[in-house]
Amino acid sequence: MVVPSSKLQDLIEEIRGAKTQAQEREVIQKECAHIRASFRDGDPLHRHRQLAKLLYVHMLGYPAHFGQMECLKLIASPRFTDKRVGYLGAMLLLDERQDAHLLITNSIKNDLSQGIQAVQGLALCTLSTVGSAEMCRDLATEVEKLLLQPGPYVRKKAVLTAVHIIRKVPELSNIFLPPCAQLLHERHHGVLLGTITLITELCERSPAALKHFRKVVPQLVQILWTLVTTGYSTEHSISGVSDPFLQVQILRLLRILGRNHEESSETMNDLLAQVATNTDTSRNAGNAVLFETVLTIMDIRSVAGLRVLAVNILGRFLLNSDKNIRYVALTSLLRVVQSDHSAVQRHRPTVVECLREPDASLSRRALELSLALVNSSNVRAMTQELQSFLESCPPDLRADCASGILLAAERFAPTKRWHIDTILRVLTMAGTHVRDDAVANLTQLIGGAQELHAYSVRRLYSALAEDISQQPLVQVAAWCIGEYGDLLLEGSCEETEPLQVEEEEVLALLEKVLQSHMSLPATRGYALTALMKLSTRLRGDNNRIRQVVSVYGSCLDVELQQRAVEYNALFQKYDYMRAAILEKMPLVERGGTQDEEAKESKEAQHSEAAVIPTEPQPCSFCPFPQTSKLLDLLDLLDGTSGAAQPPPPLEPSSEGTSVHLLDLPCVSPAPASIPNLKVFEREGLQLTLSFVRPPGTPALLLIMVTAINTSEADVTHFVCQAAVPKSFQLQLQAPSGDTVPAQGGLPMTQLLRILNPKKAPLRLKLRLTYNHFGQSVQEIFEVNNLPVETWQ
Amino acid sequence: MIKFFLMVNKQGQTRLSKYYEHVEINKRTLLETEVIKSCLSRSNEQCSFIEFKDFKLIYRQYAALFIVVGVNDTENEMAIYEFIHNFVEVLDEYFSRVLRSVPCVQL
Repeated sequence: MVVPSSKLQDLIEEIRGAKTQAQEREVIQKECAHIRASFRDGDPLHRHRQLAKLLYVHMLGYPAHFGQMECLKLIASPRFTDKRVGYLGAMLLLDERQDAHLLITNSIKNDLSQGIQAVQGLALCTLSTVGSAEMCRDLATEVEKLLLQPGPYVRKKAVLTAVHIIRKVPELSNIFLPPCAQLLHERHHGVLLGTITLITELCERSPAALKHFRKVVPQLVQILWTLVTTGYSTEHSISGVSDPFLQVQILRLLRILGRNHEESSETMNDLLAQVATNTDTSRNAGNAVLFETVLTIMDIRSVAGLRVLAVNILGRFLLNSDKNIRYVALTSLLRVVQSDHSAVQRHRPTVVECLREPDASLSRRALELSLALVNSSNVRAMTQELQSFLESCPPDLRADCASGILLAAERFAPTKRWHIDTILRVLTMAGTHVRDDAVANLTQLIGGAQELHAYSVRRLYSALAEDISQQPLVQVAAWCIGEYGDLLLEGSCEETEPLQVEEEEVLALLEKVLQSHMSLPATRGYALTALMKLSTRLRGDNNRIRQVVSVYGSCLDVELQQRAVEYNALFQKYDYMRAAILEKMPLVERGGTQDEEAKESKEAQHSEAAVIPTEPQPCSFCPFPQTSKLLDLLDLLDGTSGAAQPPPPLEPSSEGTSVHLLDLPCVSPAPASIPNLKVFEREGLQLTLSFVRPPGTPALLLIMVTAINTSEADVTHFVCQAAVPKSFQLQLQAPSGDTVPAQGGLPMTQLLRILNPKKAPLRLKLRLTYNHFGQSVQEIFEVNNLPVETWQ
Repeated sequence: MIKFFLMVNKQGQTRLSKYYEHVEINKRTLLETEVIKSCLSRSNEQCSFIEFKDFKLIYRQYAALFIVVGVNDTENEMAIYEFIHNFVEVLDEYFSRVLRSVPCVQL
């Protein structure tokens, strides 16, 4: 029975008429059955119509693989209508994964060598879409022949096919190198655009091609110049900018060609300046071209003036009201902030403004950029802004913001008290989102700041009294109250308001922490230990504490139970030792990079901790308690018994890794046996180098450059650059600031990392530029008398 | 490099999808729903560029139709934004009433 085949339009109307998904599916299934029957019968006249319907159904998402062989038959047919649908079907239904796709290679070859442009166009299109590696290899020469044909219609398709071939089979690039130079002389927009893309692909994939194409830089410059100045082709201009897509492509190619190559970069400088100043920025097309120009300037070896121009353009973008432009500006500024730090600093207020955007992508970018812009001169203002941002920001940004603030505070804190305040505030606002070692860092910091013990314990007590839900805050507060409880009860401290605290209140608060269901097991451990320590610090009797401790002797949590039992033992059998065991902790040295050794020592102590001491055992001083290492706290009690042990050089691994990760310039690591070297002095400005060889990495040398100014005038715009012989690798980190204040104020520091794998003798040349006493000074000198230990 | 090109309407139905890198059929629907969810949740005030997994999405809204292009890091976002508009203008030129018809066109 011959079923009359409906036209594509009828099918579409039918499908549109279906009210529900189920109805649509029914219609389509019926039609597919018809199509399958018709394919089996092999009706050549209407095959293309059937296939067209099948393709429509495929586009809606239904399976259509049974049409593949029909595509082949249609492609092979001599009629154009058949070929058209056949090729379309091939592009949609066939891909590399199907075995049938190789069968069209022959048809494509035949069609490419025919003279008819439309057919050649179809074949090229299909090849560029579904061409697999084997097909490309077979047909590459054909395509190359077509590249040089007279008609632009076929040429532009041939160029695009060449791009695809290069992507699939990079070895064939040699075939396409010679025609490119000729194709660049084209006037036709399509062919030119395609050629630029082809050259870009070639350069990206092979360095030999890159060298080859550096010759055409002058030609590209010329093309772009004509585009910008004279309005090359009016039919390709968008809102006043002539041919922005071509401009953007050329700029991108120039970027690739000019990267790391002085000569090409020089040829481009004028052009880039011209484009940057002449482009009309009132519409998006102009801004797109300008953005690409900025990216290119940043990437090539451009002159300093051009770079400043680029950063200023980005700054202008930031002030634009269009969100898209601000977004791209923030992204690019982030990329350049490392290399052109001072130029970007000028736009800091605008960046901080962008923090307040309601848009999530913008505020995230603004946050990253603000964190990169913090330095010692603006740290107070910036942390203020960042903290107000932390209060209002969306939850996924909180963690980043909190860790960023803490990092910035560690690097640039002007005073210890400010540092403690900042960390406290961050913990109160976003406590659950901070990194794990923030607790350890804070306790370390407080422990180290002798004069601030009373202040910190009071602040922490009031914060804890308000809110016991933020775990890191609770942990630090519990530790502090335990250590410095006597200072809390003493009376007033001059830095905070007078706070009258009773013993009972303190104990009640700690008990509340212990009992609260919000507290983590680690927090409970801290609180229990703090209670124990208070038994020696407080003057009243210890009944309440004894009660609590004995209650927890039967707690379900094993860690807590063990602690409670051991503390009980301390109260009962070993009461004479209690005061000595619960003395104040000495300060643990920060720094050191021996992670493996620290871990080994911890394991040794874990096994020792299982035994309750029957007599004071001299064991090595254990590491600073970390948030989850409860057993270490027990070791602490064992270890501080009897005579004070000298702190060994082993440091807790988390501290070690944190120093590694942060690479803090202001903390000098423990093994600092190489003497400092004073390298420069002029009119009161002194430059000193201090060296560190971290024991873990023998090839690494860290040099800290410190600049101190004892004269009466500030040194401003201070920039220090360094050069080393070729076998070394040098990395300069961002300096702490560019002003060295007068009269011996805060010194400016900068860290240099030098990798010396061959242990060659170190030679170092320094170049300083700065303004002093109203004059700009430039000094270049080689550092002599470098100690032998720096490179051996 | 452009990774994919989608035209999706406000109800979440894909009107056109073209992938320039192979993605499994079942993963495609998943990807499309996630993409359209993130685009629909943005207001007019926010910028048209979203970071999504390892792509960047650049979208433009024309009445009830969203055109979304997924690119990788090397592209100039603003040029793609302009390109989307160019594309719509071309469609409008060749098949008037772009927004109502479903174009059967090979990109």
